[in-house]
Amino acid sequence: MEHDYDIALTVNGTAVTRRVSARQHLVDFLRDDLGLTGSHAGCEHGVCGACTVRVNGEIVRGCLMLAVQANGCRVDTVEGLSDSKELARLQKAFHERNALQCGFCTPGMLMAAQDLLKAGRKPTREEIRAHISGNYCRCTGYQAIVDAIEEVMHGQS
Amino acid sequence: MKAAAFAYAKPASLPAAFDLLENPNAKVLAGGQSLIPSLNMRLSAPELLVDITGLPGLAGISMQENSIRIGALTTHAQLEKSGEVGKHVPLLAQAVPHVAHAAIRNRGTIGGSMALADPAAEYPACAVALEAVFVIKSRTAERRVKAGRFFKGLFETDLKPGELLVAVEFPAAKKTDKSVFLELARRHGDYAIIGLAAHNSRFVFLGAGSVPVLIQGDSMAKARAELSKSLKPSPDLYNSSATKLHLAGVLLERAWNTTTTLH
Repeated sequence: MEHDYDIALTVNGTAVTRRVSARQHLVDFLRDDLGLTGSHAGCEHGVCGACTVRVNGEIVRGCLMLAVQANGCRVDTVEGLSDSKELARLQKAFHERNALQCGFCTPGMLMAAQDLLKAGRKPTREEIRAHISGNYCRCTGYQAIVDAIEEVMHGQS
Repeated sequence: MKAAAFAYAKPASLPAAFDLLENPNAKVLAGGQSLIPSLNMRLSAPELLVDITGLPGLAGISMQENSIRIGALTTHAQLEKSGEVGKHVPLLAQAVPHVAHAAIRNRGTIGGSMALADPAAEYPACAVALEAVFVIKSRTAERRVKAGRFFKGLFETDLKPGELLVAVEFPAAKKTDKSVFLELARRHGDYAIIGLAAHNSRFVFLGAGSVPVLIQGDSMAKARAELSKSLKPSPDLYNSSATKLHLAGVLLERAWNTTTTLH
C-alpha cells in the first residue's frame, strides 16, 4: 500500500511542496525536511507542548498532527513569528525576567503565550497558568515565565 | 515514539469513506488527539487512516426544535466559543475547559471523544447526564442511539465496524434545569481523578468505572446512599478506590449544593 503523499502548504509565508510519509509528524517535517528546528520534539505524545506551532492561526501540537494533514494549511512556527516581530515583546520580557533556563520549552511557551496575548484580554495569573498548563518547563521555572507573560499582557513592557 | 507505517486517505464523500472503512485494519482519524499518541506509542498499528475531516455535513452546531445538534467534527475550541452551546447545553459548556489544553482543544473533536469512550473523558458523562442521542451512519442506514446505550464498556461503544458517528444531539436546557460540571485533577487539563456531570437529579461520574456511572436521587440522602452502593471506582496510580469514592462524595455534595441553590 502507498505510504508517501505529496503535500503543498504555506510555512511562515512561503509556499512549500514536498513528498512525505504518512507517518511523519508535522514537527518532524518542519525540523527534518525544512530545517526549522525551533519547534522541539519532546514527549511526542501531546503532553509537554514543546512542539507547539500554529496551523491556520490556531496553536496545535506538532507531534499530534501528521505532516500529510497539514496539506493546504498555513503553518507558522516560532521562526516565522520571531522574524515578523510578533513575538518581540514576549521574547524581550522572557529575556529580562530570566524566564528560560535550558530553553527547551521556550519556543512552545512563546507560542502558547502569544495565543493568549492575541485574545486581547488582561488575564489573571491563574488564567495565564491555565493557558500554559499544557507546556512543561522541566527546569520548573514557571514563576518567571508567568511573570514575563503577565508583564506583556498588562502592557508594562 | 514514532508511529509505525500506515497509509492515509482523505475521502471527500461519505460513500468514499464507507468504501475505505471496509478495510478491517482501517481506523478513523478525526482530530487525532488520542489516536496519534496511541500510534506514536505503538499501542495501535492500523494499515490505513481514514481522515474524515474532509467529509461534508459532519461539522457545525445547529438548533433543532427542542435540541441542539453538534456535528461529530466540531472541535472542543468551537464548543468553547459557541454561544448556542453556552446557552442551551450549559453542562457541556462547563465541561469543555477541563478537556486537556488549548492546543489540543483546537484539534480534538466531540465525535472523537465520544467514539473513543475514554472512561476519564468529560463528554460521555455529560451525554449520559443529559440523555443525549447519538446519530450513527452506515453505508445503507442511519440509526439513533441513546447515550445510556452507547457506552458499552472500557473504550467500547455501540458503534459497529463500518459505521461513523456523525452527530450528537443534546436536549436544549429548560429554564428550570440545573446543571453543574465538577472535576478533580492533579493539574489543569490532566486526566480526571474523578469528575461529575450533574443535571437535575441525574449525577453521572467519570473516572469512576469503565463507563460513565449514573446515580439518581431526588434527595441528598438518597443520592449518597446510592453512591456508596453502586460506585466502585477502580484505583489509579495515585488514588485508591476508597479515596476516589470519598472524592466522589465530596463532588456530589458540592453539586447538590450548587444545583439546589441555583436560580
